[in-house]
Amino acid sequence: MRKVAIVGAGMTKFVRRALETPIELAYEAAKMALDSCGLTLKDIECVVLGSAVDAFDGVCMKGEYLSGGAGAWGKPFMRHSVGGGTGVFSCIHGWMHVASGMFDLCLVVAEEKMSCCQPHPQGAFLTVYDSILERPLGLNLLWVVAQEMNHYMITNGLKSEDVALVSVKNKRNALDHPAAMLGADITVEDVVNSEIISWPVHRLDISATSDGAAAIVLASERLAERITDKPVWIAGVGYNLDTWYWTSRDLSYPVYVEKAARMAYEMAGIREPQKEIHIVEPYDPFSFKELQNLEALLLADRGKAAQLTADGVTARDGNMPVCPSGGLLGVGNPISAAALMKVCEIFWQLRGEAGKRQVPGNPKVGLAQAWGDMMQTGTVVILKV
Amino acid sequence: MATKRVAIVGVGYYGFRPVSPEVSFREMIYEAATRAYEDAGLEPKDIDGFVTAGEDWNEGHSIVDELAPDQLGAVKRPVFTVNGDAMHAFVSAYMHILTGQMDICLIESRSKASNIKNLHEITMMALDPIYTRPLDTSPYFIAGLEMNRYLYESGVTREQCARVVIKNRRNALLNPYAGHGARLALDDVLNSDVISYPLTSLEISPHSDGCVVMILAEEKKAEVIRKDPIWIRGVGWCTESYSLERRNWSQSVFTQKAAEMAYKMANIRFPRKEVHVAEVNDEFAYKELQHLEALGLCRKGEAGHLIDEGATEISGDLPVNPSGGCLGVGNLLEATGAQKLLEIVLQLRGEAGRRQVKNAEVGLAHNWRGLPTNSGAVVILSNF
Amino acid sequence: MKMDVNLGGTPIREEDIKEKKVLYTEWIPKARYAWDAGVAIGRFLEELKNGRIIGTECQRCRRIMVPPRLFCELCYTPVNRWTYLGDRGRVRTFCMSRVRWDASRVEEPFFPSVIELDGGKKGTALFHVIRGVDLEHMKVGLRVKAVWKAPEERIGAITDIEYFIPE
Repeated sequence: MRKVAIVGAGMTKFVRRALETPIELAYEAAKMALDSCGLTLKDIECVVLGSAVDAFDGVCMKGEYLSGGAGAWGKPFMRHSVGGGTGVFSCIHGWMHVASGMFDLCLVVAEEKMSCCQPHPQGAFLTVYDSILERPLGLNLLWVVAQEMNHYMITNGLKSEDVALVSVKNKRNALDHPAAMLGADITVEDVVNSEIISWPVHRLDISATSDGAAAIVLASERLAERITDKPVWIAGVGYNLDTWYWTSRDLSYPVYVEKAARMAYEMAGIREPQKEIHIVEPYDPFSFKELQNLEALLLADRGKAAQLTADGVTARDGNMPVCPSGGLLGVGNPISAAALMKVCEIFWQLRGEAGKRQVPGNPKVGLAQAWGDMMQTGTVVILKV
Repeated sequence: MATKRVAIVGVGYYGFRPVSPEVSFREMIYEAATRAYEDAGLEPKDIDGFVTAGEDWNEGHSIVDELAPDQLGAVKRPVFTVNGDAMHAFVSAYMHILTGQMDICLIESRSKASNIKNLHEITMMALDPIYTRPLDTSPYFIAGLEMNRYLYESGVTREQCARVVIKNRRNALLNPYAGHGARLALDDVLNSDVISYPLTSLEISPHSDGCVVMILAEEKKAEVIRKDPIWIRGVGWCTESYSLERRNWSQSVFTQKAAEMAYKMANIRFPRKEVHVAEVNDEFAYKELQHLEALGLCRKGEAGHLIDEGATEISGDLPVNPSGGCLGVGNLLEATGAQKLLEIVLQLRGEAGRRQVKNAEVGLAHNWRGLPTNSGAVVILSNF
Repeated sequence: MKMDVNLGGTPIREEDIKEKKVLYTEWIPKARYAWDAGVAIGRFLEELKNGRIIGTECQRCRRIMVPPRLFCELCYTPVNRWTYLGDRGRVRTFCMSRVRWDASRVEEPFFPSVIELDGGKKGTALFHVIRGVDLEHMKVGLRVKAVWKAPEERIGAITDIEYFIPE
């Protein structure tokens, strides 16, 4: 298989409400990614855009609308969406372009401007549900995800305090992230005393809707080493989608994340993930998701992720740092940009460029994962230097 | 370029008619996919990856990827959705096979345009919210502006555009899957209501519902699956200026670039001679002519002559839209490109019945994403 | 490349908009759809109007599916048996909500739940809302029953069941 590397990355600040238009946000991230590896748009041969939901930015055919900001005019351009899994999938879609042998240089951009949706972006989530059988019930996104959280916690015998540790860790990690919007020094008590939005979800268990964009530049093996002296190789990719009929599924365990992970591990030749993966950026829009995803990624034994967190294994200086960036809980949640931010984080960490967030010990292998649709899809990327 | 050959080994479809109240979109897709599996002699477990094409606002559902897997037998499998034309899903599947991670992929896209009660207002949501949407007018104005400039620069006449409607809707009468076959006269078209001068209502494709599913396979597997795989010779896709202020108002530049990319891959130097049949986007009648020029299938300004001479009739030397095109089959939203691919596959297999183009060995499918975009793709197929 | 560059993304506040310190355009999307229910859901809705819940059965997989579909998505074969289910069942999972879809607050909390219906097999479950119970008494396994609208008020929609209550 042809080797593909990430050679540059960029992102905007994640903010509650941005002054920039969606097109400008995409541009800022794309420009920073290009500048970071000394390339210009002329060098780029194709562009891939990932954006989760059109409704937030208030446009239809969002890919076309953003195409200028993503540098796509005059080039082969495509946009995809796998809901929350989009940001990591955008790296995979870009990988397809280069690994196919058709292109050598691909720009991948992810953007989301959720604040456009008034009076509150949450309202747009109504439309992700079944038009005939679910929407008439007037559901909020939390009505469904909170059920998954409850099921996970009950199945694994966890209390709110066990899960709250993730919010505490990630928000603290985010204090060192220049683009973060939710960095904070909080305690477990703060989390469990915060307002109950949809029991068992507390306000501080959730990452807020945000605006932002991120971008990476992918290069074929032939060019990667000419562009940068430390290309970060895409060693494995995997993605998997479960049935729409979520009421027929076991919500305590995202088996589709495990399948996506196995697909990526197979491609990367990884047999013992817990030993071979040094840092992890799993998707954490809710505190319990980090734990549940770690287990499905086979990086923690079933039901044991909470204990690993309590033991400090997943802290930045622990044996397996998880969300050293601060994750969605700490940095912010412009859906697709947030997941691509995780890929960028692994990129910077493996190159030793993560500044104050740098994980010690020269990590060589990192994994970024996202989750999306109706609690249905897992997307996984494994990076190596 | 590509070192591995990939072929289309199965096609299935449902439709294409103006309404489809008898089935939900799931039931429609299930039938189309079942037919595609049957056509290829495969089962869902033989497929390595699935790609669908769809736009949220056209389905009335956010994150249409959620709805993808069940009808395809793709539960707990690799699936993703491209928010673009079916041809974008097609080239994504093609690239994924070229990487070597997958050998057999399935693509799906559909239209339930009949379920959208105010399509114009939804298309307006695709206009720039700051510069264009506040003008609060139907997006057809963009087509009218472009047609006007195109006629002015190319010398193509309104009558020649009207002939495209007549040709395509008559072709559709020969096509059992086309939903809008009709015998029209020149005056019918020219005198129909002016929607956005000089574009008249009969020059605008009506919509249809339907679904198309295709299965692609890499060379070795393709040759085992069927004795007449349809080979992908070249692909190209491009997006030009989305902004109205910066676009080229007479030429389809994205088509030129996509075609160049595809011809280069396919090693085609003289398209007019080497392409035997073409399915070209004709969502608005003038578009067929504009796209023919951009595809290099005739010189600039010559497309009008082609239609006058009958060169693009099924019996002509460059049959264009033997299926009836968008005008005759119906505009299928994101599935439009898939219908064009479907027709070329049927033509190259010799399964096109009364509309069969004789001795067709190399076919070209082209699509434009529709208003207000400047995006589309070109795929070149052959049966050898 | 270190992140010591000036990052894009300029935060603004709600007040900046209210006080018109930044320019903006507004648009209210008009999007109207009439989704074809098709055969399976069409029948499901019709039966709801009659005060009954119906599903389809896949004999190969030995599963009963609600909402019904004409094909089993797991073994990919068409189904041909319709089965009535009870309008009672047990809670598989639940949460408690105080917000509506638009983030507006609701005074009396209610419980969005996945309810395994009587007469079904593993996985035969409906999503609906449970009322008339408080968090202390709510649990997985609680038995609940549907509260239907009066027959003349039913239109063939999921809301023909108003909510579920403890049995």
